[in-house]
Amino acid sequence: MPKITIDSIEVEVVQGTTIMDAARQIDPHTAPPAMCYHSGLNGSGGKCRTCLVKVVQTSETNPRPMPKLVPACRTLVEDGMKVENNSSPEVISARKGIVELLLINHPLDCPVCDQAGECDLQNLTFQHGAETTRYTEDRRRYPTKSLGNLIQLHMNRCILCFRCVYAADQLTDGRDHGVLNRGDASEIGTYIEKSIDNDFSGNLIDVCPVGALTDKTFRFKSRVWFTKPVYAHRQCETCCGKGVLWLKGHEVLRITGRRNAVGEVTEFICNTCRFESKSLHHWEVEGPAPIDQRSVISQNHYTS
Amino acid sequence: MKSLTHRAKRVSNKRMTFLEKLYLPAILGGMWITIRHFFKKKVTIKYPEQVREFSPVFRGLHVLKRDDTGAERCTACGLCAVACPAEAITMDAAERVHGEESMYREEKYASRYDINMLRCIFCGLCEEACPKQAIFLTDRIVPASARRDDFVWGKDRLVEPLTHRIDISKRHFYYKQQGKP
Repeated sequence: MPKITIDSIEVEVVQGTTIMDAARQIDPHTAPPAMCYHSGLNGSGGKCRTCLVKVVQTSETNPRPMPKLVPACRTLVEDGMKVENNSSPEVISARKGIVELLLINHPLDCPVCDQAGECDLQNLTFQHGAETTRYTEDRRRYPTKSLGNLIQLHMNRCILCFRCVYAADQLTDGRDHGVLNRGDASEIGTYIEKSIDNDFSGNLIDVCPVGALTDKTFRFKSRVWFTKPVYAHRQCETCCGKGVLWLKGHEVLRITGRRNAVGEVTEFICNTCRFESKSLHHWEVEGPAPIDQRSVISQNHYTS
Repeated sequence: MKSLTHRAKRVSNKRMTFLEKLYLPAILGGMWITIRHFFKKKVTIKYPEQVREFSPVFRGLHVLKRDDTGAERCTACGLCAVACPAEAITMDAAERVHGEESMYREEKYASRYDINMLRCIFCGLCEEACPKQAIFLTDRIVPASARRDDFVWGKDRLVEPLTHRIDISKRHFYYKQQGKP
């Protein structure tokens, strides 16, 4: 089994593990951030470059010249590899640059966006981004398009991570949407407008790291930090039936899948659980969901 | 017993003298003090008609500003409510429909926006938290009332009227002069 040193912490992992997974085995909180990589979706990763780490030294058999910045989610570990993650100023400044690139076309409409408060891009920008923007040109804009009654598409906010495309391929029977056009004109859409209705289509909302795909039934109902998340389960024939209920009083405003330590939903739930069981009597409540202390959701006065 | 202050006077039950029994000197002494005050400068003002000058940093009644075109700036993002230490602010959001673009600045707007003036401590954190420059504390005073419901100010009283805009520049100009953020 190859041994790898990340930020001078040595860890032994199985052959074929990526640097990202090795770093997550050490500590999910210090692992490189990820926007496009999702451990529950095969083939995801390698697009956003947020997870750049510096490989100082590879194994002796590898002829590639090092040191070098590589994407952690797509690079496999080799025996004797030495990686610098948060300890390298080069990595930190590279991430700052990546955030700036990701935000070039992002409308920064967090006050309006329903994802604000639990948005990966917002967290990433707070952690690694610059304070102000240098971009003065017009941002890319798309006309609003409908994806049906359940999912709200905001193409302006999309960072083209392709997670929803992989999720639709791997979770649902038949993908209706995809990334149309190329380069700067790329956009998420269903060719010839149609609605996405599928038993597991609601998971596209959960895998979206930004506010491009949000829950239409929760649209503008409440800010995320005014609702209280509780873990709950129910008997479901199509999915695992494990969800998070976002409550305001006794009213269930929204239901999502459970996020793991790195903020990924890996236990996907079906649309019946997500959209049609918005009442406490459908669910067995287990208890409050864990909230990161630094998250704005923990600032909520109204739920305790 | 030793008194706590130097002003304490010992009282006694001694009999009054003839002059004291007349009471007239004491009454005249009292009148003299009263009449003297007619000619002194008054310490009070006639409040609603006359208003004292406020400190330039005075923070009073809130206003929800409109932008230059007259559209409401507030998008009901909830940052003021989460910043409020007194939990005085509550709001509901709604989606702007086609044709309301001149009324609301963004896609989302506050359909209900309430500030409980009895809870508010006028700290100004809502103003600081606002990302849209929508809420400001002005140099006006919350009017008194005998009913508690009168102190829950809704959008009908908080949003500035289109016809007369409310000036909020005084405090900000002062801060700028002083080189404060």
